[in-house]
Amino acid sequence: MHELSLVLNIIDIATAEVHRAGGGTVTEIELEIGALAGVERAALDFAWETAVRNTVLENSVLTIHAPLGQARCMDCETAFTTNNLFTACPTCGSYFCDITGGRELKVKRLILDQEPVAAGSLHP
Amino acid sequence: MCSTCGCSQSDGTVTIQVIGSGEHVHLNGDGTVHHHHHDHHHEPHGHKHHHGDHHHHDHDSHGHHHDHDHSHSHKTVVDLERDILSQNQLLAERNRGYFSAKNILALNLVSSPGSGKTALLEKTLADLQGKLPFVVIEGDQQTTNDADRIAATGVPVAQINTGKGCHLDAAMVQQALHSLRPPEEAVVFIENVGNLVCPALFDLGENARVVIISVTEGDDKPLKYPDMFRDSALCLINKIDLLPYVSFSVERAKEYASRINPHLKFLEVSATQGTGMDTWYQWLTKQRGSL
Repeated sequence: MHELSLVLNIIDIATAEVHRAGGGTVTEIELEIGALAGVERAALDFAWETAVRNTVLENSVLTIHAPLGQARCMDCETAFTTNNLFTACPTCGSYFCDITGGRELKVKRLILDQEPVAAGSLHP
Repeated sequence: MCSTCGCSQSDGTVTIQVIGSGEHVHLNGDGTVHHHHHDHHHEPHGHKHHHGDHHHHDHDSHGHHHDHDHSHSHKTVVDLERDILSQNQLLAERNRGYFSAKNILALNLVSSPGSGKTALLEKTLADLQGKLPFVVIEGDQQTTNDADRIAATGVPVAQINTGKGCHLDAAMVQQALHSLRPPEEAVVFIENVGNLVCPALFDLGENARVVIISVTEGDDKPLKYPDMFRDSALCLINKIDLLPYVSFSVERAKEYASRINPHLKFLEVSATQGTGMDTWYQWLTKQRGSL
């Protein structure tokens, strides 16, 4: 269940951004979690549901982009997509392949709804 | 609740204790640290706040004065592109800097539970003590059993109890290093929580990750838990003295692991019988020499 740790890290990042913006809540959040990032989507969803309660992410809409795994054969240079870390090259059969994509683990974007600003207040 | 001092820490709180010192530290999720010394009276608890990164009011879209007399809300899009584990990565790099400055070799030992990590360390420490300065950080959800076994060898050891946590992270290791203060030129063994899944994502700042599998497990473990093999430098195949009694194929295990990580090196050992341990010591010495 390292997915819970990930969610707690996401909450920390979002909370810091809300502070930075001077308050408010997060209405939308976009994550990028690659197919080879070692994250179980069901476990993440489960952790998300409980962990975001009473945080700036409580009512935010979650979108997860899941880029496919990308590999390149180091013997014949063939580039191919894969959903695991040990696919043989479709051209030459070599396992000597570099993972070139699909391990992303990012908070891409937040949309903040800022609290009503009191009359006459100054944003620094 | 903390079972030693009775303070109101939840079960999920991380506890770090240096065995033999009567001292332990609670590391909370909110970044505060509680220090406890059980061999003298309690001072009022100090709270260290590690969050130094907020309240930077440097956004340039809000330079205007609100002088109108109604309130309003507005939406702001923040394109972050921030790594979810960026905070851990930052702390891991700090640990790495600490190791580098002190010429320390730090190894992160990972495996499933029961593969013999602690037995391997006990044997290593018994054989090499006096030749190299060692320090051990033990990670387990509960108990100081493993740290007690290490302490019996005379090597300084800190136990990190992760509570419900399934892996060590860089902050826990940093705190353990503060408590242990390893000497220059030391070899720091970090025995991670027995788990072949979760620790894979968390850089601790180590020089190298060593994955241990034992022949009493399936030889297809590398394919089942590829992430852990992907980023390891060395795979120790332990308990090879039991090979005659199990259906484990060393060649198959190596072949599977090499598919995931073509650079992975393998050593076959038996920590209890001492078989192959000299090859492991040679690897250690070589790693240390290449710092």
